[in-house]
Amino acid sequence: MIYITDISKEGWIMNDTVKQSQVSVEPREAKRLSFFSRVLGKIRSARNNRTAHPFRVIVEKEITDHVRSWRFIILVTIVALTCMGSLYTALTNMGKAIQAGETERAFFFLKLFTISDGTLPSFFVFISFLGPLLGISLGFDAVNSEQNTGTLSRVLSQPVHRDYLINAKFTAALSVISVMLFALGYLVMGIGLIAIGIPPTAEEFLRINFFILLSIIYVAFWLNLSVLFSVRFRQPATSALSGIAIWLFFTVFYPLIINLIAKGIEPSKYAPGYVLYLYEKIKFALVQIIPNELFSEATTTLLMPSVRSLGPLTIEQIHGTIPGPLPLGQSLLLVWPQVTALIAATILCFAISYYSFMRREVRSR
Amino acid sequence: MAGNIIELVGLTKKYGSQTVVDGLDLAIKKGEVFGLLGPNGAGKSTVILMMIGLTEPDNGSVRVCGIDSTRNPIEVKRRVGYLPEDVGFYDDYTGLENLVYTARLNGMTPNEAGQRAEQLLARVGLSDEANKKAGKYSRGMRQRLGLADVLIKNPEVIILDEPTLGIDPTGVREFLELIIKLSKEEGLTVLFSSHHLHQVQKVCDRVGLFVSGRLLAEGDIQALSQKLFSGSAFIIEAGVSEAAGDKQGGITEQGNPDRLMEILQHIDGVVSVTRKDNIFHIECSRDLTPIIARAVIDSEAELNYLNKKEYGLDDIYYRYFEGGLDHE
Repeated sequence: MIYITDISKEGWIMNDTVKQSQVSVEPREAKRLSFFSRVLGKIRSARNNRTAHPFRVIVEKEITDHVRSWRFIILVTIVALTCMGSLYTALTNMGKAIQAGETERAFFFLKLFTISDGTLPSFFVFISFLGPLLGISLGFDAVNSEQNTGTLSRVLSQPVHRDYLINAKFTAALSVISVMLFALGYLVMGIGLIAIGIPPTAEEFLRINFFILLSIIYVAFWLNLSVLFSVRFRQPATSALSGIAIWLFFTVFYPLIINLIAKGIEPSKYAPGYVLYLYEKIKFALVQIIPNELFSEATTTLLMPSVRSLGPLTIEQIHGTIPGPLPLGQSLLLVWPQVTALIAATILCFAISYYSFMRREVRSR
Repeated sequence: MAGNIIELVGLTKKYGSQTVVDGLDLAIKKGEVFGLLGPNGAGKSTVILMMIGLTEPDNGSVRVCGIDSTRNPIEVKRRVGYLPEDVGFYDDYTGLENLVYTARLNGMTPNEAGQRAEQLLARVGLSDEANKKAGKYSRGMRQRLGLADVLIKNPEVIILDEPTLGIDPTGVREFLELIIKLSKEEGLTVLFSSHHLHQVQKVCDRVGLFVSGRLLAEGDIQALSQKLFSGSAFIIEAGVSEAAGDKQGGITEQGNPDRLMEILQHIDGVVSVTRKDNIFHIECSRDLTPIIARAVIDSEAELNYLNKKEYGLDDIYYRYFEGGLDHE
């Protein structure tokens, strides 16, 4: 009688013999394999015999936790699927875009990230929509869950500076996000390259990289906001909800309020030019508080080189300009205020959470 | 005072207008097992947090191993192992991984950390559970894992905050024995906070009684109880019903409770006798249970029950509080 374990054992043996035969057939392959495994083993043993800085230890642990968590896997799946969806619509509409547009300097490759036929939003719209979700979900329980499980006081009673913990949490989440966004961006580029067969120019490539960097800053803002809530609120649910509430406020309610205000102060059609100009300026300034708006303004400018200005312009300012795409340097100059504002908001959130975390008394549970 | 490893001078901590720790002076010698005894909310945990620099004192100074905890908490934390009340572990990690993480935070290489973690797991008797997720550990196992976690950095001092809370009696006994054994073997100084007099009594060389932010008394258990009870360490409760004297016609002198009270008061060693209906409260300096029983029977009253009351911490500090107020 053969038991199941016997069969599996046999299977093992068979596998081994197969491997051995393969090895013996291809000695060069085997040599290379053993070389790699030797190098890997050396690296590993070197790592295992080196003391790491505590900060590094915490970051490593946090990254491991993120990558292994179901939450992150689900998020990656959602983001990857939507990206592939938007890539698909972009590719199906590419033909029309190429036919319709100017042939010479149309920046075809960037269209991969911006084209949409209206059924599914384009790549960068997706990022501006999912970015907050990504940031909030990676940070909302950063500190309070450690506090609630009682691990916070245990970690802080080790010889580490208190700010290591919060800095490490931020660094880990940010590096996970960076890797993910870069991977996705390059994946879209690669698939696009294969599908449309036109390689990106150097400028296009740089623009896409700046776009990804910008997305990382944008997600970092939401990440810090949710870390701030995780320091302030004891319950992870509360902190997640407050993050989502702010997100909703900025995407839904704040534009509504601005519309109301704008309607209230709208000057008559026959008002003098400077009043109209001032009105447009105010409307523009009110919108600039919204991080989503900052992000989408900056990305549009980066991904559509034909965008020449973000605020209202007077006729005098436009007078004499030649329509055409901006060079990368000029586009970057144009979005500089937006990027600065995003970074400032990120740092502000981080500073507040840092301050309140450092002042906090760490009790067990 | 070269031998003192922990020195607290005039330590004060306020939360708003409430003073939680009030001018605490305490010195703990090297190699000593010191018990910080006090009811819930007495400020024990706050004192401990100040010792390892997790909370800043409003006034006074803390020196652990000769290092100022407020100024240089990292150095202190390198030498002091702290087991918080209700210690938490990463539930998704195994016990071993949790220990390795702590060890690496203390600057060990992964190899060292792994070896040391395994040794310590064996010492606290968790070798079989080393690769089980910490989330699956029982309360007692978590506490033992916590002890291993504290010891992994080779500390000079270990501070245990209510370590026996929520463990069953067997678990408590094993845990306490483990602490004693480890502290003797490694020559550790142990600070042990608890509200269980009996546990503290079993383990500690010296005890500090800590109530409402102040150290009321300090010393070994004997000294403490003498100080607290000024000689009357035992209370015996006797339930007595009036003697069946009626059958003999007329109440006998001796069956009368008032008479009995007098007899009891004259027994050598009895400090005071109070009576409520038929229940006598007898305070005495020694264990006089058999003598009292005989006295009651000799007086021809009927002894319904005799109960030796032992002091819980509540009695002790309540009692001390009363005494303290009287003195003022």
